[in-house]
Amino acid sequence: MPTKIEKDVISGRDTTGHEWDGIRELNTPLPKWWVYVYLATIVWALGMFVLYPAIPLGTRATTGLLGFSSRAQAMAGFQEMNALHATQMQEIGRMSFADIEKNHDLMEVALTAGRITFANNCQPCHGPNGEGRIGYPALDTDVWRWGGSLDAIQQTITHGIRSADPDARNSQMPNFGGDKLLTPAQIEDVADYVMTLYGKAKTGVDTSAGEKLFGDNCAPCHGAKAEGNRDVGAPPLASRVHLYGDSRAAVVAQITHPRMGVMPNWNHRLSPATIKAVALYVHSLGGGE
Amino acid sequence: MNVSHPKPEADVAPPTSLYANRVRVYPKAVDGPVRRVKWLVLVLCLGVYYAVPWLRWNRGPDAPHQAVLLDLWNERFYFFNVELWPQDIWFLTGILVLSAVSLFLVTSLFGRLWCGYSCPQTVWTDLFMLVERKIEGDRNERIRRDRGPLTFDKAWRKIAKHAAWLFIAFWTGGAWVMYYTDAPTFVHDFWTGHASTSGYVFTLLLTATTYLLAGWAREQVCTYMCPWPRFQSAMLDENTFVVTYEAWRGEPRGHGKRLAAAATAAAPLGDCVDCNACVHVCPTGIDIRDGLQLECIGCGLCIDACNHVMAKTGSTPWLITWDTVARQTAKKSGVNPSLGLLRPRTLIYLAVLAIGSIAILTGLMLRSTIGLTVAHDRAPLYALLEDGGVRDGYTLGFVNKTPRAADFELSVVGLPGAKLILSEISPKPETTATVPMPADQLRTLRVLVQAQPDHLVAGRESFDFVLRNRETGAKTTYHALFMGPVSHDR
Repeated sequence: MPTKIEKDVISGRDTTGHEWDGIRELNTPLPKWWVYVYLATIVWALGMFVLYPAIPLGTRATTGLLGFSSRAQAMAGFQEMNALHATQMQEIGRMSFADIEKNHDLMEVALTAGRITFANNCQPCHGPNGEGRIGYPALDTDVWRWGGSLDAIQQTITHGIRSADPDARNSQMPNFGGDKLLTPAQIEDVADYVMTLYGKAKTGVDTSAGEKLFGDNCAPCHGAKAEGNRDVGAPPLASRVHLYGDSRAAVVAQITHPRMGVMPNWNHRLSPATIKAVALYVHSLGGGE
Repeated sequence: MNVSHPKPEADVAPPTSLYANRVRVYPKAVDGPVRRVKWLVLVLCLGVYYAVPWLRWNRGPDAPHQAVLLDLWNERFYFFNVELWPQDIWFLTGILVLSAVSLFLVTSLFGRLWCGYSCPQTVWTDLFMLVERKIEGDRNERIRRDRGPLTFDKAWRKIAKHAAWLFIAFWTGGAWVMYYTDAPTFVHDFWTGHASTSGYVFTLLLTATTYLLAGWAREQVCTYMCPWPRFQSAMLDENTFVVTYEAWRGEPRGHGKRLAAAATAAAPLGDCVDCNACVHVCPTGIDIRDGLQLECIGCGLCIDACNHVMAKTGSTPWLITWDTVARQTAKKSGVNPSLGLLRPRTLIYLAVLAIGSIAILTGLMLRSTIGLTVAHDRAPLYALLEDGGVRDGYTLGFVNKTPRAADFELSVVGLPGAKLILSEISPKPETTATVPMPADQLRTLRVLVQAQPDHLVAGRESFDFVLRNRETGAKTTYHALFMGPVSHDR
């Protein structure tokens, strides 16, 4: 407690009685209304404590008289949103692609639903924006194994590729090395030739043997000009984009022991309308035909 | 051991109160040149505030017809023939900065003119006090009635006063909302119960704050809530014109037998008769004779009050006046120095103000009516095509700030053979794309740029998107990057 209240000579006001190194502080009392406002905020805070969830109790918290829960609020919001979109998704399932594309609102819903579904289901293999990676096709370019039209994409998503679905897209590349259909030397010749198709070949290499072997063994599926065949999912080899890599070693490996990717059929996990939405989204990534 | 301890109570001072009761201020009516200027400013400020939302301005069929409208919902601010977009928010920032510098300049020159004359708190408090005076009478009558018992006379006057205050507060709150929505529509909707919830909430909120701050809190706002008095002293110096008591000729103050006392000449009295008129008219209840202080809002009503008294006592008027501390110090020794309005501080404020104003005006004049923003896709950076071409994805924002729909022309410069694909408009690759733009709108489109670059040093090449309004010819470019595989040689 201060020992002595003094008057400040200059201002004529009381000091607090404390002294710090010869300096005395003027006593400037807080206005009472200020204190009342402060008390009112405390009352307000107590009210919030009683009305809303406030005190954490381990895994739960006091519920509050209003029974408010941000989770319940969020769930109600989801339900409202789902109910709103349910009718629109029904229409998407019912309508043809051409009709959906004409309807701006439906298109927006479809692309949003497609984007979210893609992120949850397709992204792990095809990448966040369908850019793909070695062994997983890029969906944003003009190279398609089974076709890039909306119908073709829908078919691929629905039934998958080499999946358990009886309607799955299915094809096999002969095991040229493992089944000894070609000798290692022949495989290297073919690889040398294939590399000329996309401008990666070394100059001065004689590719006439490889060209003949290609005509006999590969052309039936990949086409005489290596343009590919979508009926059997044979990719174009005269392309800068190669699923399993475009190095010589990668080509040799692919002919020797071909890798053939599997894509699950999504009809057991996604509704037809959702699959349609994903098809529309994939189509919009940049490679749609 | 017989040590006597002093009694503890003897050392402890009587407890001082931690909290102060509010001292009620009963400002007295006053008339004079200062008061008349203050009324003029009040009428002007309130007139502008209440009337501006009702000014109409024809902007064509699709734009609002309100001269000043802050259309938050549609993200447009209208000030007569200036239309601001969210992108132009820096104008408002600039105007706020300039306002602050103007405030610094005015304060360093003439003290707290803002506080005393045009601060909303002062203006509305003044208006509320006028109403109070009309209903409850002037200072003495109000004090007497407040101290007296509750009578019918007291009750109806209090009720009438608060009703009038609430009415003004309501009018004020409503006018504020009208700056954000069409005024006639809002008034109609308000009384038919169709206005938006936020419209009602803000009207109510601003009614309540106006009533509380101008009616009840008054000088407490200036003393305890407002930050400006705390640092305005940094703008003041000894050459600033402030409301000043000329102590050198006022002191020693005294009244009563002045002539007799003056005649003795032993202790001549100053011009101040200590009538406290200056204190009684002060809206913050202070004594200007104590010198420049935090609570003084520099309104100068004490000047008017003192001049009346000086006239009655036959002394020279302007005992309380506007003057600088430097001149007052000089006058004490009989010198009358010139003003020091131009000093480094004011010149710097002036220079900043001038440069800022020119920058803002230039920006406003050269403001483009066409806008383009470009965001390159993050992932993938590019897509490789079957024929070796490279395709990059961009999200482009097109802005048409004109009130007319127009075809915009998008092309690419600096990327030989580049083709554009706007899948939402024209899925076929083309060298120049046409983007139909609605009037006064922003449109976002994904644009694919496809090219076969000869080489991409470090995997990228820079180029320009060029956007042109076919109707007006307005043009803008955006410098962008085209990404591709590193050392992609063909």
